Amino acid sequence: MDETKKKEQATTHKIGIYLWIWGLLFVLSFFSYMVDWYNFQGMLRWSLILIFMFLKAGLIMAFFMHLFWERYALVNVLLWPMTAIACFIFLMVAEFEYTVFTRIFYFVTGG
Amino acid sequence: MSDPKIEGYVFKPGFSGMAKDTGSDQTMFKGVHWGKAMMWIFLLSDTFIFSCFLISYMKGRGSTLVDWPYPSEVFGLHVFGVDVPLLLIAIMTFVLITSSGTMALAVKYGYEKNKKMCGWLILATAIGGLTFVGMQAFEWSKLIHEGVRPWENPFGAPQFGSFFFMITGFHGTHVSIGVIFLFIYAYKTFAGHYDERKRGWFTTMKGDYVEIEILGLYWHFVDLVWVFIFAFFYLW
Repeated sequence: MDETKKKEQATTHKIGIYLWIWGLLFVLSFFSYMVDWYNFQGMLRWSLILIFMFLKAGLIMAFFMHLFWERYALVNVLLWPMTAIACFIFLMVAEFEYTVFTRIFYFVTGG
Repeated sequence: MSDPKIEGYVFKPGFSGMAKDTGSDQTMFKGVHWGKAMMWIFLLSDTFIFSCFLISYMKGRGSTLVDWPYPSEVFGLHVFGVDVPLLLIAIMTFVLITSSGTMALAVKYGYEKNKKMCGWLILATAIGGLTFVGMQAFEWSKLIHEGVRPWENPFGAPQFGSFFFMITGFHGTHVSIGVIFLFIYAYKTFAGHYDERKRGWFTTMKGDYVEIEILGLYWHFVDLVWVFIFAFFYLW
């Protein structure tokens, strides 16, 4: 769909699209609750949690917050800073692994 | 979608439009209501705050050698003689998604200038938010009774309490502030401030239904943060 068309529609989206997204959010939340209910463990649990989380977040941002219909300049300004957060996460993962290592090391060797 | 018209400015779609918009003179996002642009900037900074909380939680949980409390049991409820894991949290999640949906519809009806539907849906959103805060208060008092403190708890790693109260408390504050604004905006909608283009209390800006969309952005953001808290704090 080209963007001018999108912009014109932006003021009046059909109610159907909201109801669909709403329903999908319910279904996805139900699924993520089921991950806990059936007590999945390990990689299966983490990957399912992350998949459902990103799907839900994506749907909310794209349709409820209208980013799908928004001009690219705004989307760009909002999404690029997220890479900084991603970097921070990687840094802190390295940090906690190092902390665990030193703790175990000094507990074993006695300092 | 909004707009102070800027003379001679034509919105160009696509990536060339993006470059033009980003590098344009005087103001960026021409034709976008300033309140909406500023709400997005605020939400971006709020994203960083919540990210810092969740990252410090990840770091704290990852680096402790004591077992982390098992959230499924800690947040479980005992109803009708059965232990249901995470029951209250699941209900809270559904309540918040429901209120997010009613808010999205309120924005839609706002742009169609359907005052009644818009007002009732904002009111429904506010009540959903209030229910959420109420259940969170119940959850807090339950855990406090069980002996969870920011510095200790009977279930495992002592850091659990401080992260729990900090993260859910900050989120709950956002919800509470949102509920207050939802009630104010429901009143303003019913009173017809947006149809009459009446000025607000602290601004010379004329009332417009775009304000409902701005409020909606905030409310959806609160729901968005809960999606991440639910995944990382309660399910992980």
